[in-house]
Amino acid sequence: MSLPTTPRFLDAGETALVVEFGDVVDPVINAQVLALDTALRADPPKGVRECVPTYRSLMIHYDPLQIDRARLVDAARSAVADTIVSATVGTTWRFPCCYELPFAEDLDEVAGLLKLSRDEVVRLHTGTPLRVYMYGFSPGQLYLGGVPERLAISRRAEPRPPQPAGGVSIAGGLSVVVPFVMPTGWYVIGCTPERLYAPERDNPFFIQPGDQLRFEPVDVATYHALAERAGRGEVVARKSAA
Amino acid sequence: MSQDASLRIIAAGPGTTLQDGGRHFYLRYGITAAGPMDALAHATANLAVGNISDATAIEVTLGGIEVTADGAPLTLAVAGGAFAVTLDGRALPPGALILTLEPGATFRIRAGESGAWCYLAVAGRIKVPPVLGSNATHTRTNFGGIDGRALRAGDVLRVEPPDIAAVPLGVIAAPWLDRPPGIIRVVLGPQDDYFAQDQIAAFRDGPWTVSTKADRMAFFIDGPTLTHAKGYNILSDGIAMGAIQVPGNGRPIVLMADRQSTGGYPKIATVIGPDLGRLAQARAGTSFRFEIVSVEQAVAARRAEADVLARGIVIEPLVRTQFSSEFLLGLNLIDGVVAR
Repeated sequence: MSLPTTPRFLDAGETALVVEFGDVVDPVINAQVLALDTALRADPPKGVRECVPTYRSLMIHYDPLQIDRARLVDAARSAVADTIVSATVGTTWRFPCCYELPFAEDLDEVAGLLKLSRDEVVRLHTGTPLRVYMYGFSPGQLYLGGVPERLAISRRAEPRPPQPAGGVSIAGGLSVVVPFVMPTGWYVIGCTPERLYAPERDNPFFIQPGDQLRFEPVDVATYHALAERAGRGEVVARKSAA
Repeated sequence: MSQDASLRIIAAGPGTTLQDGGRHFYLRYGITAAGPMDALAHATANLAVGNISDATAIEVTLGGIEVTADGAPLTLAVAGGAFAVTLDGRALPPGALILTLEPGATFRIRAGESGAWCYLAVAGRIKVPPVLGSNATHTRTNFGGIDGRALRAGDVLRVEPPDIAAVPLGVIAAPWLDRPPGIIRVVLGPQDDYFAQDQIAAFRDGPWTVSTKADRMAFFIDGPTLTHAKGYNILSDGIAMGAIQVPGNGRPIVLMADRQSTGGYPKIATVIGPDLGRLAQARAGTSFRFEIVSVEQAVAARRAEADVLARGIVIEPLVRTQFSSEFLLGLNLIDGVVAR
């Protein structure tokens, strides 16, 4: 538990306000962001269009012809004051990931750079639940934190060729899951058969910021079996009992 | 009674897309809003044909477009940059126009004197399957429009036309679309504190030039190289349309309709909504500078723009005196009456 601190209010033009709680990757700061997001979604002031939670700030998109900046700041400030922030997490998901070739394209490179064995890299990545801090950059792309320090590796100076859809990557002490094929400066160490954006499901995005992913290694055959089920619309990640 | 009608694409330049007001409410899941590059021109074209302002319309690029109506007449409006338009090969007056396209007739839009985008709105509803509640096309992730891609020759857009009479060829009185770039207004932030005062001044004064690297996602601009006071890596946070991010090389990038939802470079300022279309319409090589305004000034400009549209669109039918009778006879339009 933590008392809410006073956030900074920053303008992103006349139609977006950034409520910034800090400048580091921290579960308590992120919990403050998510608590404000939840409060504004539950009781949105007129003129608030949508909110975008990120690691340490909430971007509030608004219509300034319906709510002026000062009133929006007041509304956000009182929502922060009234909110009880707890760093408890949402759902923990057992999240399948194949760390074998052809999926784990950069695993050998990562192991070499970090002076670890392949198995040690996988053990570290699967050994502890990773917090979902935010979605961003591309549809359904998850940004995770809580990666063990021994896996901290800088981003590449030059992006590598496009990674496969579902690629699980690490860089800068973080991890991402990227549903779309795209070039990346991160290191691809595995691939998940789960779909983070599935338009035919009732809920196309079933993971929420504040949830945790505990990656579970699966072999290539299991990956394909799960991918087929996911392709039919099934959620193949499993809620963790504990 | 409305008939089945469609708009058939005979030719389309690269990057021609269907855009509505944008795919909102999913930014939190990393979904780009997309939507028109010049929202004011998009709204003008839609309102002129009696649609809601954010209805689905075709965003035409410098590559132009040629279309025809199949099955039934379609009422069309074109608004945006100064593009050159022809009906069955005959040049029409420049500027925003409305007309009814008879089946088999061809309507062509080509790049004109100035401007980079124009909008072709069709009275009624263009029927494509919405994705997450919107038809806005985002080609990088294949969302919206037709299979998430740009329009191309052979595409047929089914239209649910409204029960309205054919309209005479008319000029849409839209002086608000005449917006030379010159000065682009910005609100500082959200990360202007990553830059010293002299760098803010250099940013403001430029002068800046729109580079050849300018598309629906981002406008790279050439001008002074900016230096950061405290590094250029920030934790990824939200990106508003018009955000001006300054990456490590100090060369600013204005993020436009197809921008990513979040990003990790400091954003020195944000182009105000009313000036986004003005910037979008600037072709490569156009020079301008920034003016720093307050949020209150930006909102006042926004209100003025909303008031202009709220007053309604005035259409001036073209009369005989402006064209030779031969020309109007050729168009089947005499005294504003469409002969069938």
